[in-house]
Amino acid sequence: MRLTPDAWIFWQYGFFKLNATIVFTWALMAVLVLGAALITRRLATGHERSRWQNLLEIVVTGIVGQIEDVGLKEPRRYLGFLGTLFLFVAASALATVVPGYEPPTASLSTTAALALCVLVAVPLFGISGQGLMAYLKSYMQPTPIMLPFNLISEVSRTLALAVRLFGNMMSGAMIIAILLAITPFVFPIVMTVLGLLTGMVQAYIFTILAAVYIAAATRSAASSKPKPSSTAAT
Amino acid sequence: MDSLTWIAVASIVMAGLTTGFGTMGPALAEGRAVAVALTSLAQQPDASATITRTLFVGLAMIESTAIYCFVVSMILIFANPFWNAAIAAATQAAGK
Repeated sequence: MRLTPDAWIFWQYGFFKLNATIVFTWALMAVLVLGAALITRRLATGHERSRWQNLLEIVVTGIVGQIEDVGLKEPRRYLGFLGTLFLFVAASALATVVPGYEPPTASLSTTAALALCVLVAVPLFGISGQGLMAYLKSYMQPTPIMLPFNLISEVSRTLALAVRLFGNMMSGAMIIAILLAITPFVFPIVMTVLGLLTGMVQAYIFTILAAVYIAAATRSAASSKPKPSSTAAT
Repeated sequence: MDSLTWIAVASIVMAGLTTGFGTMGPALAEGRAVAVALTSLAQQPDASATITRTLFVGLAMIESTAIYCFVVSMILIFANPFWNAAIAAATQAAGK
């Protein structure tokens, strides 16, 4: 029984293994990038617009609204990172309707990579929002005794992000595989629908948690000293 | 019983117990969370977007502990290092 798509190897050359995780990730990247490029070729600003452009606008506006709800003041700044996270994880879950496909997020490698991206992005956004010293000082809040606990919480948050997404996607794939062996008629379809629902919820959760961590890293500057540049920008 | 049987029995029993006990706590906690969320939705329906979003985030955090238990069970069943090492040693002993 295959635990992760890492074990499904398409092609091997010495040390380099082309497994299903990499191939399906490339396929998802191709679909997302080519689809976006094709749809945004001729953007219309009037009332006449293609339904694909409408769809993309709904998605982008929805993500911007959610980022703003979390408390980030300039959502467009974080839209690239957070939007990509959401679209990749959501597309990886939605493509389960294609037969023979296994979500690459069902492999711990992919989810660990995404969690590491968040681990790197949170200090980057924090430093670019607050400055280096203010961000480093935020680790000492509320007292310097909390410094090791804050550091540990950074690491454990990243680990939890990776394992949460991995566990959800892997359990969905595994339940479908087991049910296909037992009752292969109607029940696997019901479980596939459930897997789609949990996949979308997990994509939303991943993005919202990343947004909350970034908001926590950039928050103290906005509350303590209002930056004059932000009012000039808006 | 030889050590191979001991490893198998321990792995199987603990895999079942881990998921069995590990999902009880999160299930109770999630039930409470949803109940309180429904109460506050009934009291303030126009805050439903915030309440729903916070509810989902909270449910995901609670679910994480159940998923940790599930991952440990899967490791015990499918990627058990003790079992793999014992099988490798037994194959070597049988091959000699």
